[in-house]
Amino acid sequence: MSIALFLEQILNGLQLGVTLFLMAAGLTLIFGVMGLINLAHGSLFMVGGFVCAAIAAATGSFWLGLAASLVAAAALGAIVEIVVIRRLYDRDHLDQVLATFALVLMFSEGVRFIFGSFPLYLDPPEMLAGPITLPGGLPYPAYRLAIILAGLLIAVGLGLLISRTRLGMQIRAGESDREMIAALGVDIRFLYTVVFALGAALAGFAGAMIGAIQSVQVGMGEPVLILAFVVIVIGGIGSIRGALVAALIVGIVDTMGRFLLPSLLANVMEASAARGVGSAIASMLIYLLMAVVLVFKPKGLFPANA
Amino acid sequence: MPKLITEHRLNIILALILLIGPLVAHYAEEPFLVTLATRATILALAGVGLNIALGLGGLVSFGHAAFFGLGGYAVGILASHHQTYQPLMTAPFVINGTNQMLILWMVAIIVSGIAALLIGALSLRTSGVYFIMITLAFAQMIYYFAISWPAYGGEDGLSIYVRNAFPGINTLRPLDFFLLCYAVLIVVLIAQWRMTGARFGVALQAVRQNEGRVAALGLSPYRIRLAAFVISGMVTGLAGALYADLNRFVSPTMLSWHLSGEIMVFIILGGVARLFGPVVGACLFVLFEHLFGSFTNHWQFFLGAALLAVVLFARGGFIGLVAGRVEHD
Repeated sequence: MSIALFLEQILNGLQLGVTLFLMAAGLTLIFGVMGLINLAHGSLFMVGGFVCAAIAAATGSFWLGLAASLVAAAALGAIVEIVVIRRLYDRDHLDQVLATFALVLMFSEGVRFIFGSFPLYLDPPEMLAGPITLPGGLPYPAYRLAIILAGLLIAVGLGLLISRTRLGMQIRAGESDREMIAALGVDIRFLYTVVFALGAALAGFAGAMIGAIQSVQVGMGEPVLILAFVVIVIGGIGSIRGALVAALIVGIVDTMGRFLLPSLLANVMEASAARGVGSAIASMLIYLLMAVVLVFKPKGLFPANA
Repeated sequence: MPKLITEHRLNIILALILLIGPLVAHYAEEPFLVTLATRATILALAGVGLNIALGLGGLVSFGHAAFFGLGGYAVGILASHHQTYQPLMTAPFVINGTNQMLILWMVAIIVSGIAALLIGALSLRTSGVYFIMITLAFAQMIYYFAISWPAYGGEDGLSIYVRNAFPGINTLRPLDFFLLCYAVLIVVLIAQWRMTGARFGVALQAVRQNEGRVAALGLSPYRIRLAAFVISGMVTGLAGALYADLNRFVSPTMLSWHLSGEIMVFIILGGVARLFGPVVGACLFVLFEHLFGSFTNHWQFFLGAALLAVVLFARGGFIGLVAGRVEHD
């Protein structure tokens, strides 16, 4: 096993990590400010992928598709918040889970109705299509590297938005005391819609970016959604910093586990059995990580002050 | 809202409808409808299991497909070893496959109970939204394990070529198998009814209503919840065992998070914490699927819309509409 291959897997892990961060950041913001658990977040990821693929196919430009997916996911998020989600803030978690599960069913069937059951394909933009040679002579797909950079830039941007701007101040205030900030004259309903649309835009953006390396299909958001839940549990609900750290840990542990475990097990057992057992254990690794974190830190690595 | 009928009488009527419907279908020579009723009965049993944790204990588990699927796989794996005459293991002692339902059910209940004990012991350290996400994540872990473990079919699932046997009954006949499943459901419902009034059931509901007071009385809320979670997982596991025999097939779909969501949907459609809530809910679900599914492929869209309407506007579910609110809640 060469160093180059190892480095490549680390980069793949980072790429999965920043994708999970984009999902988890929205989920954790929405939970932190509105106290809502949103299963339909994966549907917004899927919608981002489909809109990007459809617009890119119609216009021939990936960038137009990417912009359209951001706008579409944010707009859809705002509409869903105003029509449905708003009625759920005062309800218990059971009602929130069931209502957003209902939304998942509706979105999945709706998208299948419009686009059909066959997956769509989305090519990365031409300027990022080829491999790029990293220092040390390792060729790596430029597009995946761009995802990592874009994700890290968004993480920084989100951090600045929350710590430096007026909107960010209101979001932080909303996290610590909803009634008080409403009493101070902030339009809390508008703030909720903005936060939900922001989370939706992040999910849609992630869906569009990932759509170009996987196929765009119904249900593509669900595995990512559940991994994002694992990220939030490990990072601590309501903490953006926790979401970033946990997303990178989960991304790298998952990728490296799938890469290393089968070959490690091949040292102690026969090769084909090692592949089967290795991949089965690798698929459970991040959940075991979550269980370990739960035993030692039931509130996650970076518990929010709420 | 005025009470149209007491819940107790409504339950008896519902139990009779679920019994008489398939009998009529059988004598009208509509075996498909008998199978449909069997499916509803088994799904109802899965819902009854979840209702013990969710309705009585207030534990919103989004991972009950794990127990349903494990119960199913327990049956599928032992039955496949019976078919091939290969022992499941030889050391330290020999375990052979079997096709006897009574043994298979016991194994399914034990396996899902152990899984519920492990998952519950970890998940119950947290509460609220954490609990929902963690139960979901652990169920997903088992789902991925089933997909990537090649020995028992992996993603393709595992077939049971001949339905397993029950002493004195020809399980291959649809009506006999239905009556067997119905009897199991009724026995479990009676047990749950007895439990709800017994000391454990009262303690469990007290934990849901006021954890602090229960702790002040010297009881351990954690242990009460864990016991309820394990019982709940066992019942859902038994339902999974029956479901495997109904379809003569087990696959990772039985473990998927959609199924966890659907089991929860049965409860909300029928009415949370009502004894017959999951029974009504599962029947409505199967009817809905059958009726809408016959004229559109996109019936799940309408299911979503109906579910959304029930959650937003009709919170008591069917039994709440007919029999009024729960007393003393």
